[in-house]
Amino acid sequence: MSKLLIVAEQRDNQLKKVTLSAITFAKKEGFSFDIIILGSSVESVAKELSEYGAKRVLYSSSPLFENFIAKTYAEAIHEVVVKNDYEYIVSTSTTTGKDFLPRVAVKLNAGMASDIIGAEKDGDSLLFKRPIWAGAAVALTEITTPYKVISVRVSAYPPAEKTTISPIESITLTKISTPNVKFISLQENKSTRPELTEAMAIVSGGKGLKSKENFNALLEPLADALAGAIGASRLAVDSGYATNDLQVGQTGKSVAPNLYIAVAISGAIQHLAGMKDSKVIVAINKDDEAPIFEVADYGFVGDAFTAIPKLTELIKSGK
Amino acid sequence: MRFLVTCKRVTDPEMKIKVLNDGSGVDLEDANYAVNPFDEIAIEAAVQKIEEDGEGEVVLVAIGDEEYDEQIRHGLAMGANRAIRVVVENGETLDSDSIAKILVAIYNEEKPDIFMLGKQSIDGDSSQVPQLIAEYLDLPQATFVSKIEYLNSEVRVVREVDGGFETLQLSTPALISVDLRLNEPRYPSIPNMMKAKKKELKEIELDDLDISLPQKQKVIFRKLVSPPKRKGGVKLSSIEELYDKLKNEANVL
Ligand SMILES: Cc1cc2nc3c(=O)[nH]c(=O)nc-3n(C[C@H](O)[C@H](O)[C@H](O)COP(=O)(O)OP(=O)(O)OC[C@H]3O[C@@H](n4cnc5c(N)ncnc54)[C@H](O)[C@@H]3O)c2cc1C
Repeated sequence: MSKLLIVAEQRDNQLKKVTLSAITFAKKEGFSFDIIILGSSVESVAKELSEYGAKRVLYSSSPLFENFIAKTYAEAIHEVVVKNDYEYIVSTSTTTGKDFLPRVAVKLNAGMASDIIGAEKDGDSLLFKRPIWAGAAVALTEITTPYKVISVRVSAYPPAEKTTISPIESITLTKISTPNVKFISLQENKSTRPELTEAMAIVSGGKGLKSKENFNALLEPLADALAGAIGASRLAVDSGYATNDLQVGQTGKSVAPNLYIAVAISGAIQHLAGMKDSKVIVAINKDDEAPIFEVADYGFVGDAFTAIPKLTELIKSGK
Repeated sequence: MRFLVTCKRVTDPEMKIKVLNDGSGVDLEDANYAVNPFDEIAIEAAVQKIEEDGEGEVVLVAIGDEEYDEQIRHGLAMGANRAIRVVVENGETLDSDSIAKILVAIYNEEKPDIFMLGKQSIDGDSSQVPQLIAEYLDLPQATFVSKIEYLNSEVRVVREVDGGFETLQLSTPALISVDLRLNEPRYPSIPNMMKAKKKELKEIELDDLDISLPQKQKVIFRKLVSPPKRKGGVKLSSIEELYDKLKNEANVL
Protein backbone atom coordinates (compact mmCIF):
# COMPACT_ATOMS: atom_id res chain seq x y z
CA MET A 1 0.00 0.00 0.00
CA SER A 2 1.18 3.44 -0.78
CA LYS A 3 1.65 5.86 2.04
CA LEU A 4 1.52 8.93 -0.10
CA LEU A 5 -1.16 10.43 -2.28
CA ILE A 6 -0.39 13.02 -4.93
CA VAL A 7 -3.26 15.27 -5.90
CA ALA A 8 -2.79 16.07 -9.58
CA GLU A 9 -3.93 19.29 -11.19
CA GLN A 10 -5.72 19.80 -14.49
CA ARG A 11 -7.49 22.54 -16.35
CA ASP A 12 -10.08 21.80 -19.04
CA ASN A 13 -9.20 18.14 -18.55
CA GLN A 14 -5.59 18.74 -19.57
CA LEU A 15 -2.89 17.74 -17.12
CA LYS A 16 -0.97 20.62 -15.56
CA LYS A 17 2.71 19.90 -15.81
CA VAL A 18 3.28 21.20 -12.26
CA THR A 19 2.05 17.83 -11.01
CA LEU A 20 5.22 16.22 -12.36
CA SER A 21 7.17 18.17 -9.75
CA ALA A 22 5.11 16.65 -6.94
CA ILE A 23 5.86 13.23 -8.44
CA THR A 24 9.58 14.02 -8.40
CA PHE A 25 9.32 14.93 -4.72
CA ALA A 26 7.71 11.57 -3.91
CA LYS A 27 10.30 9.62 -5.89
CA LYS A 28 13.22 11.55 -4.51
CA GLU A 29 12.15 10.80 -0.94
CA GLY A 30 11.64 7.14 -1.80
CA PHE A 31 7.88 6.93 -1.31
CA SER A 32 5.64 4.54 -3.15
CA PHE A 33 2.72 6.70 -4.18
CA ASP A 34 -0.73 6.85 -5.69
CA ILE A 35 -2.03 9.73 -7.77
CA ILE A 36 -5.55 11.10 -7.86
CA ILE A 37 -7.01 13.32 -10.55
CA LEU A 38 -10.43 14.97 -10.37
CA GLY A 39 -12.27 16.66 -13.23
CA SER A 40 -15.32 16.53 -15.43
CA SER A 41 -13.78 13.96 -17.76
CA VAL A 42 -10.31 12.87 -16.77
CA GLU A 43 -9.82 9.30 -17.92
CA SER A 44 -7.31 10.46 -20.52
CA VAL A 45 -5.47 12.51 -17.90
CA ALA A 46 -5.31 9.43 -15.69
CA LYS A 47 -3.80 7.50 -18.61
CA GLU A 48 -1.21 10.18 -19.07
CA LEU A 49 -0.43 10.09 -15.34
CA SER A 50 -0.07 6.32 -15.42
CA GLU A 51 3.34 6.64 -17.06
CA TYR A 52 5.19 7.93 -14.02
CA GLY A 53 5.61 4.95 -11.77
CA ALA A 54 2.71 5.34 -9.34
CA LYS A 55 1.31 2.25 -7.63
CA ARG A 56 -2.14 3.28 -8.87
CA VAL A 57 -3.69 6.24 -10.57
CA LEU A 58 -7.18 6.99 -9.28
CA TYR A 59 -9.54 9.24 -11.14
CA SER A 60 -13.03 10.53 -10.64
CA SER A 61 -14.91 12.14 -13.50
CA SER A 62 -17.91 14.13 -12.40
CA PRO A 63 -19.62 17.43 -13.26
CA LEU A 64 -18.96 18.32 -9.59
CA PHE A 65 -15.29 18.72 -10.47
CA GLU A 66 -15.74 20.70 -13.68
CA ASN A 67 -14.66 23.92 -12.01
CA PHE A 68 -12.19 23.90 -9.19
CA ILE A 69 -13.88 24.69 -5.86
CA ALA A 70 -11.68 24.41 -2.76
CA LYS A 71 -14.39 23.01 -0.50
CA THR A 72 -15.43 20.38 -3.03
CA TYR A 73 -11.87 19.28 -3.66
CA ALA A 74 -11.14 19.09 0.05
CA GLU A 75 -14.16 16.86 0.61
CA ALA A 76 -13.21 14.59 -2.26
CA ILE A 77 -9.58 14.22 -1.20
CA HIS A 78 -10.57 13.64 2.39
CA GLU A 79 -12.84 10.79 1.33
CA VAL A 80 -10.08 9.19 -0.72
CA VAL A 81 -7.50 9.53 2.05
CA VAL A 82 -9.71 8.02 4.71
CA LYS A 83 -10.62 5.10 2.48
CA ASN A 84 -7.02 4.27 1.60
CA ASP A 85 -5.25 5.46 4.72
CA TYR A 86 -2.47 7.51 3.19
CA GLU A 87 -0.11 9.22 5.58
CA TYR A 88 1.10 11.99 3.26
CA ILE A 89 -1.10 14.15 1.05
CA VAL A 90 0.95 16.09 -1.45
CA SER A 91 0.22 18.68 -4.10
CA THR A 92 1.91 21.79 -5.44
CA SER A 93 1.91 25.33 -4.06
CA THR A 94 0.02 26.70 -7.03
CA THR A 95 -3.00 28.90 -6.40
CA THR A 96 -5.05 25.69 -6.59
CA GLY A 97 -2.95 23.75 -4.08
CA LYS A 98 -2.84 26.69 -1.70
CA ASP A 99 -6.60 27.04 -1.90
CA PHE A 100 -7.72 23.53 -0.95
CA LEU A 101 -4.83 21.78 0.87
CA PRO A 102 -5.21 23.61 4.20
CA ARG A 103 -8.86 22.55 4.21
CA VAL A 104 -7.83 18.92 3.77
CA ALA A 105 -5.46 19.39 6.71
CA VAL A 106 -8.33 20.53 8.95
CA LYS A 107 -10.47 17.54 7.97
CA LEU A 108 -7.62 15.16 8.82
CA ASN A 109 -6.55 17.05 11.95
CA ALA A 110 -3.18 17.26 10.23
CA GLY A 111 -0.34 19.73 10.15
CA MET A 112 0.64 21.20 6.82
CA ALA A 113 3.99 22.40 5.49
CA SER A 114 3.62 24.93 2.67
CA ASP A 115 5.82 25.45 -0.34
CA ILE A 116 8.61 23.04 0.50
CA ILE A 117 11.87 23.01 -1.42
CA GLY A 118 13.50 19.92 0.09
CA ALA A 119 13.41 17.31 2.81
CA GLU A 120 15.89 15.59 5.07
CA LYS A 121 15.68 12.51 7.23
CA ASP A 122 15.89 12.87 10.97
CA GLY A 123 15.73 9.40 12.49
CA ASP A 124 12.34 8.09 11.50
CA SER A 125 10.83 11.41 10.67
CA LEU A 126 11.21 13.62 7.68
CA LEU A 127 11.93 17.32 8.07
CA PHE A 128 10.79 19.67 5.34
CA LYS A 129 12.65 22.73 4.16
CA ARG A 130 10.51 25.77 3.62
CA PRO A 131 11.63 29.26 2.68
CA ILE A 132 10.23 31.90 5.02
CA TRP A 133 10.70 35.67 5.23
CA ALA A 134 10.83 35.93 1.43
CA GLY A 135 13.51 33.28 1.34
CA ALA A 136 15.83 35.07 3.79
CA ALA A 137 15.62 31.96 5.98
CA VAL A 138 14.86 28.32 5.44
CA ALA A 139 12.90 26.56 8.19
CA LEU A 140 13.50 22.87 8.91
CA THR A 141 9.91 21.96 9.57
CA GLU A 142 8.49 18.99 11.41
CA ILE A 143 4.88 17.89 11.05
CA THR A 144 3.92 16.18 14.30
CA THR A 145 0.51 14.78 13.33
CA PRO A 146 -0.23 11.26 12.00
CA TYR A 147 -1.49 12.67 8.69
CA LYS A 148 0.81 15.11 6.95
CA VAL A 149 -0.14 17.60 4.25
CA ILE A 150 2.47 19.12 1.98
CA SER A 151 2.60 21.57 -0.87
CA VAL A 152 5.69 21.42 -3.03
CA ARG A 153 7.36 24.41 -4.68
CA VAL A 154 7.35 23.55 -8.37
CA SER A 155 10.63 25.25 -9.21
CA ALA A 156 12.48 23.16 -6.60
CA TYR A 157 11.66 19.82 -8.24
CA PRO A 158 12.20 19.19 -11.97
CA PRO A 159 9.36 17.45 -13.81
CA ALA A 160 9.40 13.65 -13.39
CA GLU A 161 10.48 11.44 -16.28
CA LYS A 162 8.26 8.68 -17.58
CA THR A 163 8.97 5.23 -16.16
CA THR A 164 6.76 2.22 -15.59
CA ILE A 165 3.06 2.03 -16.35
CA SER A 166 0.63 1.93 -13.44
CA PRO A 167 -2.94 0.66 -13.34
CA ILE A 168 -5.68 3.26 -13.47
CA GLU A 169 -8.89 3.00 -11.53
CA SER A 170 -12.10 5.00 -11.74
CA ILE A 171 -13.61 5.82 -8.36
CA THR A 172 -16.93 7.28 -7.30
CA LEU A 173 -17.04 9.76 -4.48
CA THR A 174 -20.20 9.89 -2.44
CA LYS A 175 -19.64 12.46 0.26
CA ILE A 176 -19.55 15.71 -1.71
CA SER A 177 -21.87 18.41 -0.40
CA THR A 178 -23.34 21.33 -2.32
CA PRO A 179 -20.69 24.02 -2.80
CA ASN A 180 -21.23 27.25 -0.86
CA VAL A 181 -19.67 29.46 -3.51
CA LYS A 182 -20.92 30.04 -7.03
CA PHE A 183 -18.38 29.70 -9.81
CA ILE A 184 -19.06 32.49 -12.33
CA SER A 185 -16.19 32.43 -14.81
CA LEU A 186 -12.54 31.91 -15.48
CA GLN A 187 -10.85 34.44 -17.68
CA GLU A 188 -7.68 32.85 -18.92
CA ASN A 189 -4.59 34.79 -19.86
CA LYS A 190 -4.00 33.10 -23.16
CA SER A 191 -0.43 32.79 -24.25
CA THR A 192 1.45 30.63 -26.68
CA ARG A 193 4.58 30.82 -24.54
CA PRO A 194 5.72 28.14 -22.12
CA GLU A 195 4.42 28.59 -18.58
CA LEU A 196 6.68 30.51 -16.25
CA THR A 197 7.26 27.56 -13.96
CA GLU A 198 8.10 25.30 -16.89
CA ALA A 199 10.26 27.53 -19.07
CA MET A 200 13.98 26.90 -19.64
CA ALA A 201 14.53 30.62 -20.19
CA ILE A 202 12.69 33.62 -18.75
CA VAL A 203 12.94 37.24 -19.74
CA SER A 204 11.55 39.40 -16.97
CA GLY A 205 10.80 43.11 -17.13
CA GLY A 206 10.44 45.78 -14.47
CA LYS A 207 9.08 49.21 -13.84
CA GLY A 208 12.04 50.72 -15.68
CA LEU A 209 10.46 49.79 -19.01
CA LYS A 210 7.92 52.56 -18.40
CA SER A 211 4.98 51.30 -20.47
CA LYS A 212 3.18 48.21 -21.62
CA GLU A 213 4.12 49.03 -25.21
CA ASN A 214 7.82 49.20 -24.35
CA PHE A 215 7.55 46.08 -22.24
CA ASN A 216 6.13 44.05 -25.10
CA ALA A 217 8.21 45.60 -27.87
CA LEU A 218 11.45 44.87 -26.04
CA LEU A 219 10.80 41.58 -24.30
CA GLU A 220 8.67 39.62 -26.76
CA PRO A 221 11.30 39.35 -29.52
CA LEU A 222 13.91 38.31 -26.96
CA ALA A 223 11.59 35.72 -25.41
CA ASP A 224 10.80 34.45 -28.93
CA ALA A 225 14.48 34.13 -29.75
CA LEU A 226 15.00 32.07 -26.58
CA ALA A 227 11.73 30.14 -26.89
CA GLY A 228 11.22 31.35 -23.34
CA ALA A 229 8.58 32.77 -21.05
CA ILE A 230 8.01 36.35 -19.99
CA GLY A 231 8.00 37.36 -16.35
CA ALA A 232 7.56 40.64 -14.52
CA SER A 233 8.25 42.43 -11.27
CA ARG A 234 5.37 43.40 -9.05
CA LEU A 235 5.62 47.05 -10.06
CA ALA A 236 5.47 46.09 -13.73
CA VAL A 237 2.29 44.10 -13.03
CA ASP A 238 0.80 46.83 -10.81
CA SER A 239 1.44 49.31 -13.63
CA GLY A 240 -0.37 47.10 -16.12
CA TYR A 241 2.64 46.18 -18.27
CA ALA A 242 2.04 42.46 -17.72
CA THR A 243 -0.71 40.21 -16.40
CA ASN A 244 -0.90 39.13 -12.76
CA ASP A 245 0.14 35.54 -13.34
CA LEU A 246 3.50 36.68 -14.70
CA GLN A 247 4.62 38.19 -11.40
CA VAL A 248 7.79 36.61 -10.09
CA GLY A 249 8.58 36.85 -6.39
CA GLN A 250 7.59 36.26 -2.80
CA THR A 251 3.94 36.75 -3.55
CA GLY A 252 3.99 35.68 -7.17
CA LYS A 253 5.65 32.71 -8.84
CA SER A 254 8.89 31.03 -7.84
CA VAL A 255 10.95 30.07 -10.85
CA ALA A 256 14.30 28.40 -11.46
CA PRO A 257 15.01 28.32 -15.20
CA ASN A 258 18.40 27.73 -16.80
CA LEU A 259 18.50 31.37 -17.81
CA TYR A 260 16.77 34.33 -16.14
CA ILE A 261 17.26 37.74 -17.71
CA ALA A 262 16.13 40.60 -15.46
CA VAL A 263 15.57 43.75 -17.48
CA ALA A 264 15.13 47.08 -15.66
CA ILE A 265 14.34 45.32 -12.40
CA SER A 266 15.98 46.75 -9.29
CA GLY A 267 16.20 43.44 -7.38
CA ALA A 268 14.11 43.98 -4.24
CA ILE A 269 14.24 41.06 -1.80
CA GLN A 270 10.63 40.20 -2.65
CA HIS A 271 11.60 39.81 -6.30
CA LEU A 272 14.78 37.86 -5.55
CA ALA A 273 12.70 35.45 -3.45
CA GLY A 274 11.12 34.15 -6.63
CA MET A 275 14.12 33.83 -8.95
CA LYS A 276 17.40 33.55 -7.07
CA ASP A 277 17.53 29.79 -7.59
CA SER A 278 17.76 30.23 -11.36
CA LYS A 279 20.85 28.60 -12.82
CA VAL A 280 22.21 31.58 -14.69
CA ILE A 281 21.02 35.11 -13.90
CA VAL A 282 21.61 38.05 -16.20
CA ALA A 283 20.83 41.61 -15.11
CA ILE A 284 20.49 44.57 -17.41
CA ASN A 285 20.00 47.80 -15.53
CA LYS A 286 21.15 51.36 -16.01
CA ASP A 287 21.90 51.80 -12.31
CA ASP A 288 25.19 50.14 -11.55
CA GLU A 289 24.31 49.96 -7.84
CA ALA A 290 21.03 48.10 -8.35
CA PRO A 291 20.84 45.16 -5.91
CA ILE A 292 19.97 42.78 -8.75
CA PHE A 293 23.67 42.79 -9.65
CA GLU A 294 24.45 41.15 -6.30
CA VAL A 295 22.82 37.92 -7.49
CA ALA A 296 23.53 38.18 -11.21
CA ASP A 297 26.18 35.98 -12.82
CA TYR A 298 26.43 38.39 -15.71
CA GLY A 299 25.56 42.04 -15.54
CA PHE A 300 25.38 44.82 -18.04
CA VAL A 301 25.06 48.40 -16.90
CA GLY A 302 23.24 50.34 -19.55
CA ASP A 303 20.01 51.33 -21.20
CA ALA A 304 17.64 48.42 -21.79
CA PHE A 305 16.13 50.17 -24.78
CA THR A 306 19.32 49.76 -26.79
CA ALA A 307 20.76 46.68 -25.05
CA ILE A 308 17.83 44.32 -25.47
CA PRO A 309 17.34 44.72 -29.26
CA LYS A 310 21.07 44.21 -29.70
CA LEU A 311 21.11 41.07 -27.57
CA THR A 312 18.05 39.77 -29.41
CA GLU A 313 19.74 40.28 -32.79
CA LEU A 314 22.88 38.48 -31.67
CA ILE A 315 20.91 35.52 -30.34
CA LYS A 316 18.86 35.33 -33.54
CA SER A 317 21.95 35.46 -35.71
CA GLY A 318 23.37 32.59 -33.66
CA LYS A 319 26.98 33.58 -34.24
CA MET B 1 -21.78 45.59 6.61
CA ARG B 2 -19.66 44.36 9.50
CA PHE B 3 -16.09 43.29 8.94
CA LEU B 4 -13.62 41.41 11.06
CA VAL B 5 -10.09 41.99 9.75
CA THR B 6 -6.73 40.62 10.86
CA CYS B 7 -4.00 43.09 11.77
CA LYS B 8 -0.82 41.10 12.24
CA ARG B 9 2.46 42.65 13.25
CA VAL B 10 5.40 41.62 11.06
CA THR B 11 8.95 42.78 10.53
CA ASP B 12 9.23 45.72 8.15
CA PRO B 13 9.21 44.34 4.59
CA GLU B 14 12.23 46.51 3.73
CA MET B 15 14.30 45.05 6.54
CA LYS B 16 17.21 42.71 5.85
CA ILE B 17 16.57 39.45 7.69
CA LYS B 18 19.47 37.40 9.09
CA VAL B 19 19.29 33.97 10.64
CA LEU B 20 20.85 33.69 14.12
CA ASN B 21 23.96 31.55 14.27
CA ASP B 22 22.34 28.96 16.53
CA GLY B 23 19.40 28.58 14.15
CA SER B 24 16.86 29.43 16.86
CA GLY B 25 15.30 32.26 14.88
CA VAL B 26 16.16 35.43 13.03
CA ASP B 27 17.96 38.43 14.41
CA LEU B 28 15.32 40.87 15.64
CA GLU B 29 17.65 43.02 17.73
CA ASP B 30 17.12 46.23 15.77
CA ALA B 31 13.94 45.18 14.01
CA ASN B 32 11.32 47.59 12.80
CA TYR B 33 7.76 46.40 12.59
CA ALA B 34 4.76 47.09 10.43
CA VAL B 35 1.26 45.83 9.81
CA ASN B 36 1.45 42.83 7.50
CA PRO B 37 1.13 44.50 4.05
CA PHE B 38 -1.62 42.11 3.02
CA ASP B 39 -3.60 42.81 6.18
CA GLU B 40 -3.24 46.51 5.45
CA ILE B 41 -4.90 45.90 2.10
CA ALA B 42 -7.70 44.01 3.85
CA ILE B 43 -8.19 46.84 6.35
CA GLU B 44 -8.27 49.37 3.52
CA ALA B 45 -10.90 47.38 1.63
CA ALA B 46 -13.15 47.09 4.68
CA VAL B 47 -12.77 50.75 5.64
CA GLN B 48 -13.54 51.85 2.08
CA LYS B 49 -16.78 49.91 2.19
CA ILE B 50 -18.07 51.38 5.46
CA GLU B 51 -17.06 54.87 4.36
CA GLU B 52 -18.95 54.43 1.13
CA ASP B 53 -22.03 53.13 2.93
CA GLY B 54 -21.86 55.62 5.77
CA GLU B 55 -22.57 52.72 8.10
CA GLY B 56 -21.14 49.41 9.20
CA GLU B 57 -18.22 48.46 11.37
CA VAL B 58 -14.64 47.31 10.98
CA VAL B 59 -13.19 45.33 13.88
CA LEU B 60 -9.51 44.45 13.90
CA VAL B 61 -8.08 41.35 15.51
CA ALA B 62 -4.47 40.60 16.42
CA ILE B 63 -2.79 37.89 18.46
CA GLY B 64 0.20 38.90 20.55
CA ASP B 65 1.61 40.88 23.44
CA GLU B 66 1.28 44.63 24.03
CA GLU B 67 4.05 45.32 21.55
CA TYR B 68 1.43 44.70 18.91
CA ASP B 69 -0.60 47.72 19.98
CA GLU B 70 1.43 50.11 17.85
CA GLN B 71 0.45 48.24 14.69
CA ILE B 72 -3.14 47.86 15.87
CA ARG B 73 -3.30 51.64 16.42
CA HIS B 74 -2.09 52.06 12.86
CA GLY B 75 -5.00 49.94 11.64
CA LEU B 76 -7.40 51.94 13.79
CA ALA B 77 -5.98 55.16 12.37
CA MET B 78 -6.72 53.86 8.88
CA GLY B 79 -10.37 53.94 9.88
CA ALA B 80 -11.24 50.73 11.71
CA ASN B 81 -13.70 51.27 14.56
CA ARG B 82 -12.29 49.11 17.30
CA ALA B 83 -9.85 46.28 17.89
CA ILE B 84 -9.32 43.10 19.81
CA ARG B 85 -6.00 41.71 20.86
CA VAL B 86 -5.85 38.15 22.06
CA VAL B 87 -3.12 38.19 24.67
CA VAL B 88 -0.42 35.70 23.76
CA GLU B 89 3.23 35.88 24.75
CA ASN B 90 5.60 34.26 22.26
CA GLY B 91 2.92 34.20 19.60
CA GLU B 92 5.60 33.17 17.08
CA THR B 93 5.63 29.64 18.44
CA LEU B 94 2.00 29.08 17.48
CA ASP B 95 1.48 27.34 14.16
CA SER B 96 -1.08 28.32 11.52
CA ASP B 97 -3.61 25.89 12.95
CA SER B 98 -3.49 27.40 16.45
CA ILE B 99 -3.76 30.91 15.03
CA ALA B 100 -6.75 29.79 12.98
CA LYS B 101 -8.44 28.29 16.05
CA ILE B 102 -8.03 31.51 18.01
CA LEU B 103 -9.44 33.53 15.13
CA VAL B 104 -12.36 31.13 14.81
CA ALA B 105 -13.21 31.83 18.45
CA ILE B 106 -13.12 35.57 17.85
CA TYR B 107 -15.26 35.16 14.75
CA ASN B 108 -17.84 33.32 16.82
CA GLU B 109 -18.00 36.20 19.27
CA GLU B 110 -18.15 38.92 16.63
CA LYS B 111 -20.25 37.24 13.93
CA PRO B 112 -19.18 39.62 11.13
CA ASP B 113 -20.65 39.57 7.61
CA ILE B 114 -17.18 39.30 6.14
CA PHE B 115 -14.00 37.96 7.67
CA MET B 116 -11.21 39.56 5.70
CA LEU B 117 -7.54 38.58 5.92
CA GLY B 118 -4.31 39.08 4.03
CA LYS B 119 -3.54 36.15 1.75
CA GLN B 120 -0.27 35.50 3.55
CA SER B 121 1.92 37.09 6.17
CA ILE B 122 5.29 38.14 4.92
CA ASP B 123 7.24 36.44 7.72
CA GLY B 124 5.85 32.89 7.75
CA ASP B 125 4.75 32.94 4.09
CA SER B 126 2.50 29.91 4.68
CA SER B 127 -0.74 31.18 3.19
CA GLN B 128 -2.83 28.79 5.29
CA VAL B 129 -4.74 30.64 8.01
CA PRO B 130 -7.64 31.98 5.90
CA GLN B 131 -8.36 28.60 4.34
CA LEU B 132 -8.10 26.82 7.70
CA ILE B 133 -10.66 29.21 9.19
CA ALA B 134 -13.02 28.81 6.24
CA GLU B 135 -12.91 25.06 6.74
CA TYR B 136 -13.41 25.21 10.51
CA LEU B 137 -16.40 27.53 10.10
CA ASP B 138 -17.66 26.11 6.81
CA LEU B 139 -17.72 29.66 5.44
CA PRO B 140 -17.80 30.44 1.72
CA GLN B 141 -14.13 31.01 0.88
CA ALA B 142 -12.44 33.23 -1.69
CA THR B 143 -8.67 33.51 -1.57
CA PHE B 144 -6.25 35.84 -3.45
CA VAL B 145 -8.96 38.41 -4.17
CA SER B 146 -8.11 41.46 -6.27
CA LYS B 147 -11.61 42.89 -6.81
CA ILE B 148 -14.76 42.94 -4.69
CA GLU B 149 -18.24 43.95 -5.74
CA TYR B 150 -20.99 44.06 -3.15
CA LEU B 151 -24.38 42.86 -4.32
CA ASN B 152 -27.41 42.56 -2.01
CA SER B 153 -26.60 39.75 0.36
CA GLU B 154 -23.79 38.46 -1.81
CA VAL B 155 -20.33 39.50 -2.85
CA ARG B 156 -18.78 38.93 -6.23
CA VAL B 157 -15.02 38.66 -6.21
CA VAL B 158 -12.26 38.30 -8.74
CA ARG B 159 -9.41 36.01 -7.71
CA GLU B 160 -5.88 36.09 -9.09
CA VAL B 161 -5.15 32.50 -10.02
CA ASP B 162 -2.42 30.81 -12.04
CA GLY B 163 -3.29 31.42 -15.64
CA GLY B 164 -5.81 34.20 -15.19
CA PHE B 165 -8.71 35.61 -13.20
CA GLU B 166 -11.53 33.67 -11.63
CA THR B 167 -14.85 35.18 -10.64
CA LEU B 168 -16.82 33.70 -7.74
CA GLN B 169 -19.99 34.75 -6.01
CA LEU B 170 -20.39 34.18 -2.28
CA SER B 171 -23.29 34.69 0.07
CA THR B 172 -22.46 36.30 3.39
CA PRO B 173 -21.19 35.55 5.94
CA ALA B 174 -18.07 34.85 3.94
CA LEU B 175 -14.30 34.75 4.23
CA ILE B 176 -12.04 36.63 1.85
CA SER B 177 -8.24 36.64 1.63
CA VAL B 178 -6.88 39.61 -0.28
CA ASP B 179 -4.12 39.98 -2.83
CA LEU B 180 -1.82 42.89 -3.66
CA ARG B 181 -3.80 44.54 -6.39
CA LEU B 182 -7.08 45.02 -4.52
CA ASN B 183 -6.19 48.57 -3.47
CA GLU B 184 -3.44 50.84 -2.22
CA PRO B 185 -3.69 51.24 1.53
CA ARG B 186 -3.88 54.82 2.76
CA TYR B 187 -1.34 56.34 5.07
CA PRO B 188 -3.27 57.64 8.09
CA SER B 189 -3.27 61.38 8.75
CA ILE B 190 -1.96 62.78 12.05
CA PRO B 191 -5.47 63.70 13.31
CA ASN B 192 -6.61 60.15 12.55
CA MET B 193 -3.64 58.78 14.45
CA MET B 194 -4.65 60.92 17.42
CA LYS B 195 -8.23 59.70 17.17
CA ALA B 196 -7.05 56.12 16.99
CA LYS B 197 -5.54 56.42 20.46
CA LYS B 198 -9.02 56.81 21.90
CA LYS B 199 -10.61 53.94 20.03
CA GLU B 200 -11.44 50.76 21.91
CA LEU B 201 -8.68 48.14 22.00
CA LYS B 202 -9.94 45.22 24.00
CA GLU B 203 -7.60 42.58 25.39
CA ILE B 204 -8.91 39.05 25.60
CA GLU B 205 -7.03 36.39 27.51
CA LEU B 206 -6.44 33.14 25.69
CA ASP B 207 -7.94 31.28 28.68
CA ASP B 208 -11.20 33.16 28.27
CA LEU B 209 -11.69 31.73 24.81
CA ASP B 210 -13.40 28.40 24.62
CA ILE B 211 -10.62 26.60 22.76
CA SER B 212 -7.83 24.22 23.55
CA LEU B 213 -4.54 24.46 21.75
CA PRO B 214 -2.43 21.31 21.58
CA GLN B 215 0.63 21.16 23.82
CA LYS B 216 2.60 20.00 20.84
CA GLN B 217 1.97 22.19 17.82
CA LYS B 218 1.10 20.39 14.58
CA VAL B 219 3.91 22.14 12.75
CA ILE B 220 7.21 22.97 14.42
CA PHE B 221 10.23 24.83 13.12
CA ARG B 222 13.10 22.71 14.41
CA LYS B 223 15.74 25.08 13.19
CA LEU B 224 16.30 27.95 10.78
CA VAL B 225 19.17 27.98 8.34
CA SER B 226 20.47 30.56 5.91
CA PRO B 227 19.71 29.90 2.27
CA PRO B 228 22.73 29.17 0.06
CA LYS B 229 24.31 32.48 -0.72
CA ARG B 230 24.57 33.55 -4.29
CA LYS B 231 27.64 35.48 -5.33
CA GLY B 232 27.46 38.31 -7.78
CA GLY B 233 29.40 37.61 -10.96
CA VAL B 234 30.94 39.90 -13.48
CA LYS B 235 29.80 43.09 -15.12
CA LEU B 236 30.45 43.16 -18.83
CA SER B 237 31.27 46.20 -20.85
CA SER B 238 29.34 45.38 -23.99
CA ILE B 239 26.35 43.37 -25.16
CA GLU B 240 28.63 41.49 -27.54
CA GLU B 241 30.68 40.34 -24.58
CA LEU B 242 27.53 39.38 -22.67
CA TYR B 243 26.34 37.34 -25.64
CA ASP B 244 29.69 35.63 -25.92
CA LYS B 245 29.67 34.65 -22.21
CA LEU B 246 26.14 33.29 -22.38
CA LYS B 247 26.95 31.27 -25.45
CA ASN B 248 30.44 30.03 -24.75
CA GLU B 249 30.90 30.12 -20.97
CA ALA B 250 27.47 29.55 -19.45
CA ASN B 251 26.23 27.50 -22.41
CA VAL B 252 22.68 28.67 -22.00
CA LEU B 253 21.92 29.75 -25.57
C1 LIG C 1 4.28 42.51 0.67
C2 LIG C 1 5.08 42.74 -0.55
C3 LIG C 1 5.14 41.75 -1.50
C4 LIG C 1 5.86 41.95 -2.67
N1 LIG C 1 5.92 40.92 -3.58
C5 LIG C 1 6.66 41.10 -4.69
C6 LIG C 1 6.79 40.06 -5.67
O1 LIG C 1 6.23 38.96 -5.51
N2 LIG C 1 7.54 40.29 -6.77
C7 LIG C 1 8.18 41.49 -6.99
O2 LIG C 1 8.84 41.65 -8.03
N3 LIG C 1 8.07 42.48 -6.09
C8 LIG C 1 7.32 42.33 -4.96
N4 LIG C 1 7.21 43.37 -4.08
C9 LIG C 1 7.70 44.70 -4.49
C10 LIG C 1 9.19 44.92 -4.33
O3 LIG C 1 9.44 45.33 -3.02
C11 LIG C 1 9.66 46.00 -5.31
O4 LIG C 1 8.92 47.18 -5.11
C12 LIG C 1 9.52 45.61 -6.78
O5 LIG C 1 10.07 44.32 -7.01
C13 LIG C 1 10.24 46.61 -7.63
O6 LIG C 1 9.93 46.41 -8.99
P1 LIG C 1 10.94 46.92 -10.13
O7 LIG C 1 12.27 46.37 -9.88
O8 LIG C 1 10.30 46.66 -11.44
O9 LIG C 1 10.87 48.50 -9.94
P2 LIG C 1 11.96 49.57 -9.36
O10 LIG C 1 12.39 49.12 -8.03
O11 LIG C 1 11.31 50.84 -9.54
O12 LIG C 1 13.17 49.35 -10.32
C14 LIG C 1 13.20 49.77 -11.63
C15 LIG C 1 14.61 49.55 -12.13
O13 LIG C 1 14.68 49.84 -13.51
C16 LIG C 1 15.94 50.45 -13.77
N5 LIG C 1 15.79 51.21 -15.03
C17 LIG C 1 15.02 52.29 -15.27
N6 LIG C 1 15.11 52.64 -16.55
C18 LIG C 1 15.95 51.79 -17.15
C19 LIG C 1 16.45 51.64 -18.48
N7 LIG C 1 16.07 52.49 -19.46
N8 LIG C 1 17.31 50.65 -18.73
C20 LIG C 1 17.71 49.79 -17.75
N9 LIG C 1 17.27 49.89 -16.50
C21 LIG C 1 16.39 50.87 -16.19
C22 LIG C 1 16.21 51.29 -12.56
O14 LIG C 1 17.58 51.55 -12.43
C23 LIG C 1 15.66 50.41 -11.45
O15 LIG C 1 16.67 49.56 -10.92
C24 LIG C 1 6.52 43.17 -2.89
C25 LIG C 1 6.47 44.17 -1.92
C26 LIG C 1 5.77 43.95 -0.74
C27 LIG C 1 5.77 45.03 0.30
